[in-house]
Amino acid sequence: MDGIGTYMMRDHKACDEYFAQADDAATAGDWARVTRSLAVFVAALERHFELEEQILFPAFEERTGMSAGPTQMMRSEHEDMRALLADLQRAALEGDVERYSGLAETLLLMSQQHNLKEEQILYPMMDRTLAAEEQALLARLEAWEAA
Amino acid sequence: MGGGLIRAPAMAMPQSGLQIEQAPPFSVPLRFFLTAPAFALLAAMLLAWRAPEVLASRWTPAALAVVHLLVLGFMTMVMVGAMMQVLPVLAGAPLAKPRLVAGITHVALASGTLALAGGFLWSQPALLGAAVTLLGAGFAVFLGAVFHGLARAMGKGAAAGEMWLAAIALAVAVLLGLALAAARGRGMAVPVIAWRELHPAWALLGWTGLLVAGVSRQVVPMFQITPPYPRLLARFFAVAVFALLALWSAAKMLPLAADRAALVPGVMLAAAYALFALVTLELQRRRRRRASDVTLRFWRLGMASLAAAALLWAARLFGVAPEGFDAALGALAVVGAAMSLINGMLYKIAPFLAWFHLQAGGGGRGMHMKTFLAEARQKRQYALHVAAVLLLLGATLGPAVLIFPAAACLGLSALLLQSNLAAIVRVYRRASGHDAGARSAAP
Repeated sequence: MDGIGTYMMRDHKACDEYFAQADDAATAGDWARVTRSLAVFVAALERHFELEEQILFPAFEERTGMSAGPTQMMRSEHEDMRALLADLQRAALEGDVERYSGLAETLLLMSQQHNLKEEQILYPMMDRTLAAEEQALLARLEAWEAA
Repeated sequence: MGGGLIRAPAMAMPQSGLQIEQAPPFSVPLRFFLTAPAFALLAAMLLAWRAPEVLASRWTPAALAVVHLLVLGFMTMVMVGAMMQVLPVLAGAPLAKPRLVAGITHVALASGTLALAGGFLWSQPALLGAAVTLLGAGFAVFLGAVFHGLARAMGKGAAAGEMWLAAIALAVAVLLGLALAAARGRGMAVPVIAWRELHPAWALLGWTGLLVAGVSRQVVPMFQITPPYPRLLARFFAVAVFALLALWSAAKMLPLAADRAALVPGVMLAAAYALFALVTLELQRRRRRRASDVTLRFWRLGMASLAAAALLWAARLFGVAPEGFDAALGALAVVGAAMSLINGMLYKIAPFLAWFHLQAGGGGRGMHMKTFLAEARQKRQYALHVAAVLLLLGATLGPAVLIFPAAACLGLSALLLQSNLAAIVRVYRRASGHDAGARSAAP
């Protein structure tokens, strides 16, 4: 049976794949395709952030009483990634190769180190602290994604 | 928004160990990164100056000095800084008092390495004694902080386990090294002759290899979006290497037939590293991210060198390669494998940390990693490094005169790496807008 951590990790991998598709298009210099792929990537990533910010983080904060702890840090990194994504979309519209590749590289490292912290530390903590309400939370995650 | 990014949330202190955001200030890893190239440059100069002696045997004073300038002054220097950075991310194990630990370790490691190299070179007991004190104290502080952090780590995952094993291997290598240096300083016989073999094994196959493998396992799939490492390799590599190293060491300490008893674990160690290198190369071939960058090139060179070094070592163990190949083995393992991998990592870590800390300070909007360092500058340094590796191999296997262009390329490569890292810091300081520079990201 999959827990919350496994569920969210699978979502990280899906987002990686969308990122790679935009990256492929940029390597090929096909900016129309970059823009389209980026839109898909942005939507997937934003939905992933929402699952955490709207459902999982509040549940974790309520359960542990830690509102200034790791979840606050993760929210702030989400904001940094949103800013990078906006810059990235602008660079794609302008067809600025050098800027696009620098921003894409930065976003990749930012998101990967962020994922690593979640997968190594935060998700395992959530799996432990939220075990009692796991099924209800998983149902809410799925409902949010279906909406 | 990003203001609290790297700060310990003071309010949340009661839940000790939960501050996964507690990345150390930029100055903590940076001082190690900026110091390392100077030691590679010193090694290159010494290589040119004492070329025949360095090539003659690994036990000559000049060879010992060159090797330790590279493995302590360059490799361990960067690895210590990087470990302080990655422990909170990989293992949820932030170090207590990072600035104090970094300050002591950095000064002790730099001065201790200089004293050690000088002590070897001029057979100076006083310098060797100073090296033992400085390196002993520096590593004691560093390892004390690492073990303390790991013991309270939030993350109990595989990454934390690998960090434990790498740190223990470093402790073993340091203890053996201190004993060897102290004996040399006093003109005494080495207490146990096998320690001369055990020390480099724990330093390279233990500390360096386990840390590099542990970090690779995390970052190779991340940077290029490759498939993950095979489950068995990911789960058991570090434990298997550590156990084999312990077995090999025990066999080496046997009074009789030590070499025959050590053959099996030795060959298995070589096979484990060859396998790890080949699997990494295959994963990189299957990478999802097609764009190639300088880090990827450094890593392919490093992994190819690692595979070649492992095969050569196995050949030495079986006795099918003569002792004369040891210099080539050392060049492959140290310059070809470890230095390449570390150098490639630096080009990811340094610009990213600069960007990350700027964001944390509320600045750096619209900037990205390549605004800190253009790729063309990295490529030039890579070309010099490749030339250095090839010429070094040429000098150890063919005409010895190649050692001079090899040393020149190694030295130039170190200078260029230094200037590239300095360029990153310049951009960072300008953007952060105050002269406190590297210290500016402090809480």
